[in-house]
Amino acid sequence: MASATTAEPRMLSETIQEKIRAYFPRYPDKRAVCLPALHIVHEHFRCVPLQAMAEIAELLEIAPADVHDTMSFYGFFPQAPIGDVRVWICRSISCAIRGGDEMVDYACQKMRVAPGGTTIDGKLTVEFAECLGICDHAPAALADDGRIFGPLDKAGVDAMLNELQRGPKPAE
Amino acid sequence: MSDRIAFQLDGREVEALPEESIWDVARRHGVVIPHLCHSAGPDYRPDGNCRVCMVEIEGERVLAASCIRRPSHGMKVHTCSLRAESARAVVMELLLADQPPKATAHDPNSRLWRWAETMGVHSSRFPARKKVPCPDRSHPAMAVHLDACIHCGLCVRACREVQVNEVIGMARRGHHSKIVFDFDDPMGASTCVACGECVQACPTGALMPATVMDDSGLKVLEPDRKVESLCPYCGVGCQLTYELRGDKLLTVQGRDGPANRNRLCVKGRFGFDYVHHPHRLKKPLIRRPDAPKGPDLVVDPHRPWDHFREATWEEALNAAASGLKRIRDQHGPNALAGFGSAKGSNEEAYLFQKLVRCGFGSNNVDHCTRLCHASSVAALLEGIGSGAVTAPFAACAESDVIVVIGANPTVNHPVAATFIKNAVKRGATLIVIDPRGQALSRHARYHLRFRPGTDVPLLNALIHTIIAEDLYDPSYIDSHTEGYEDLRAKVAAFSPEAMAPLCGIEARVLREVARTYALSRASIIFWGMGISQHVHGTDNARCLIALALLTGQVGRPGAGLHPLRGQNNVQGASDAGLIPMVFPDYRPVGDPAARALHERLWGRTLDPTPGLTVVEIMHAALAGRVRGMYVQGENPAMSDPDLHHARAALAKLEHLVVQDLFLTETAFHADVVLPASAFPEKTGTFTNTDRRVQLGRQALEPPGDARQDWWIIQEVARRMGLDWHYQHPRDVFAEMRHSMVSLNGITWERLEREGAVTYPCDGEDQAGHELLFADGFPTRSGRARFVPADVLPPDELPDADYPMVLTTGRLLEHWHTGAMTRRATVLDAIEPGPIAHLHPSDLKRLGIEPGGRLSIETRRGAIQPRARADRDVPPGMVFVPFCFAESAANLLTNPALDPFGKIPEFKFCAARLTPCD
Ligand code: SF4
Ligand code: SF4
Ligand code: FES
Ligand code: FES
Repeated sequence: MASATTAEPRMLSETIQEKIRAYFPRYPDKRAVCLPALHIVHEHFRCVPLQAMAEIAELLEIAPADVHDTMSFYGFFPQAPIGDVRVWICRSISCAIRGGDEMVDYACQKMRVAPGGTTIDGKLTVEFAECLGICDHAPAALADDGRIFGPLDKAGVDAMLNELQRGPKPAE
Repeated sequence: MSDRIAFQLDGREVEALPEESIWDVARRHGVVIPHLCHSAGPDYRPDGNCRVCMVEIEGERVLAASCIRRPSHGMKVHTCSLRAESARAVVMELLLADQPPKATAHDPNSRLWRWAETMGVHSSRFPARKKVPCPDRSHPAMAVHLDACIHCGLCVRACREVQVNEVIGMARRGHHSKIVFDFDDPMGASTCVACGECVQACPTGALMPATVMDDSGLKVLEPDRKVESLCPYCGVGCQLTYELRGDKLLTVQGRDGPANRNRLCVKGRFGFDYVHHPHRLKKPLIRRPDAPKGPDLVVDPHRPWDHFREATWEEALNAAASGLKRIRDQHGPNALAGFGSAKGSNEEAYLFQKLVRCGFGSNNVDHCTRLCHASSVAALLEGIGSGAVTAPFAACAESDVIVVIGANPTVNHPVAATFIKNAVKRGATLIVIDPRGQALSRHARYHLRFRPGTDVPLLNALIHTIIAEDLYDPSYIDSHTEGYEDLRAKVAAFSPEAMAPLCGIEARVLREVARTYALSRASIIFWGMGISQHVHGTDNARCLIALALLTGQVGRPGAGLHPLRGQNNVQGASDAGLIPMVFPDYRPVGDPAARALHERLWGRTLDPTPGLTVVEIMHAALAGRVRGMYVQGENPAMSDPDLHHARAALAKLEHLVVQDLFLTETAFHADVVLPASAFPEKTGTFTNTDRRVQLGRQALEPPGDARQDWWIIQEVARRMGLDWHYQHPRDVFAEMRHSMVSLNGITWERLEREGAVTYPCDGEDQAGHELLFADGFPTRSGRARFVPADVLPPDELPDADYPMVLTTGRLLEHWHTGAMTRRATVLDAIEPGPIAHLHPSDLKRLGIEPGGRLSIETRRGAIQPRARADRDVPPGMVFVPFCFAESAANLLTNPALDPFGKIPEFKFCAARLTPCD
């Protein structure tokens, strides 16, 4: 049997572990902290690497597969690092009828990536998404720093990409 | 009968029992409904995801999945209406769309293809998916071909809910969902423990035993017959079916036995091909006169001819018996000794002890129970008048609190562990008490990783708390026990606060655990070698018994004491009298009535003095007092503590007869080697850890000239002057019933019919008693006795020269001394060589890389296994499995004995570790 002992050195620092543990009292069961833990790790690394998943499993005393099931169910958690900025372009119903799919294709083409891919310079990751909850902007896009774009047309996409390539919005 | 639900099934009036689905009722009435994501086996919950079981319910707009739909009163169900059948056919077509065509199916005989056939669906009009998953052949035991997967989720339920190994996941979602191991790892690199439950559950051939597949992933071997039998390994006693083709064992399936409910572990399911190993002894051997003997002798089992020559049975049996006879006649009966086997059947054990007692003329007969649970048995006999478990392990299904102490059941009793995990999932509280971490830890509310060797202080602190905080059950103590005042006086000094610094567990936690155990509706204690294999092993067990008696946690559903027995028949071999102090059924050899009974039955005068125990026999052999031995199916040259000493003793014997499957390390020193039969080659009864007598049936002929063990013992006995004429194990069993009250109500015919009966049993038409001691104990006073325990430190404490603690045990894949499992292809592939487990911090401190070699030295010897990082081992400790002959852990262990059980301290000695290149 492959040893369940995770490798040294630890990927999750004591601070991150503490942040995760702080959620324990909120739920009847540590298992419930899986999603918050994934978010905490994601916030820190901008992805959830395998080693981190293994350490989450150990911390929460749940099976590795449990963490992986949860993490892979959501498109939100990438396993490897992504671009400095991540943008989702919506292709759900409101946006779709107003050309969301074309906007995804156009943006990808411009950035020379497949949906989900990251530009060679590592600046931008372009993904499609299901309803972003901003249908009033349809066809809409959302950056992971909270910036909202839309209604988009090709010119709007150009402007958006230009802006996003300059990097994340500085924290207020 | 009001809880029954009356409804109509295809126009027939039927009734459903509570909890039954439409599918269950249909099956009970012989109505066949296809099913794929549903397993009719025990413990699988219906999931209703594949929809191939749909039926029509009158008045409902849509069809219903019968496997998960419960009927309601007056419902009218049609299983074979045109609508139901055509809908099911379309579902099947959809499922087949993504399948490899039948001609190249991984398993054209899979349940999926058989149902397709039955439903008349042969191909699909729907387009296949574009991306086909790649095969995964990374695991030595199992082949994964997800192109055949229909996402029915049976393997997920198998792995997570039934066996609770939690390796398989259903990753991603929707179209992209995929069966994964851990983090989408190759199966062979995942934490899979190879129980094979998922393979047994998979209806499509996506998960298959690798041994029946060819390289291109097609199933090429189909069995041509099946034999219902038992697993040869641990004390759980799983029932299984051997599937054979010609004279080869092909595969093993779990059977719905009372102990295992279809489940198996890696050893039982995949560890069977040792029977076909080229090392099997196929001819009797006689030692060559020019062959040297000596403690360091190693014989290559491939080339025994430097040391042995082939002989006929006649010659070998004569040599075996005449050597023993000569020693008996010249030096008296006490110059002989015999080791029987906890692996053999009850009949073999009974015959063997009868041979020693009647033919050798002494009580010098023992077996490896001495090395595992002798101390537990001593404490149980003294405390409650019976050495066996008070409740089967399945009782934990009804427990509120489960204590596992000094045991690692996921490794040593894997199938029992699955039921413990099921109980925890149901809501029971698990308390693990063990210095080492283990797979159960993550399911436990408390894991007390106390300082090794401080069992008695810890347990006495629990007892102290129960008394001091009034958590005990006074009326139970009053009516069922004696010696309470002594116990109370003894533990007064053992407050948790005083013991905490000693055992390394906070007083607060000790108190909480004591309360949790005492106040629960039903608590059960499981223990293993971590309790028994200490110089204070009997004391450890006494404390556990006291805990149960104080709180009345015994004799009720879900409550009890359960020492997990290690070998498949260690319970039965002990019951049958392979013990130096007692006749069958634990009747002391000094008891005139017991002796009279057996003298009458066996027609011989019997020795009233108890014989020597395993380790004592070895001492006596080295001292020249024991000169001849007969060892049947045991391997003391690997299993005894301080092997240099044990091997020197064996080498010194004038005459050693070894009866075994292989040329074991013990057989290296033999004068005569008698080739015996493996488990699947014999019929006999075996008693599991639950006191369950079960029938193992012969599936194969022994290879070459190898013979049945009972026959060999009888032939030796005859040549030593005993007039035995057994024709079949059933004759032996019939005689045993005259010797052993415990076999009351259990006849051979009944076992043939029912497969398993638990003792004690009141009559042939009665079920056995699973739970014992609801009112009173089989002691003289009818009461159980508290025996207080004092603190006794381990015999050899770490010091400046030997600063680490060495502890030993088993691996999941290797059973006991490895004679069988290391010759099983799959098990050997998974754990191929000697290892030692250490905490990563110790590895770092010592400058040893994981996988690097290290030298482990004790005052008795040194070995050089490879290091494995394991955070379950506490810093300062090294764990070494004792199954690897080339690096035998028992060269290191301390032979110091527990004064009552005479069991050696395998679990603790001082060691020194150094890197070596
Ligand atoms: S063999 Fe057992 S542990 Fe391994 S994946 Fe299958 S069910 Fe899980
Ligand atoms: S080794 Fe034990 S748990 Fe595994 S299959 Fe055999 S009897 Fe069952
Ligand atoms: S559909 Fe695009 S944001 Fe709601
Ligand atoms: S068998 Fe009922 S839905 Fe799969």
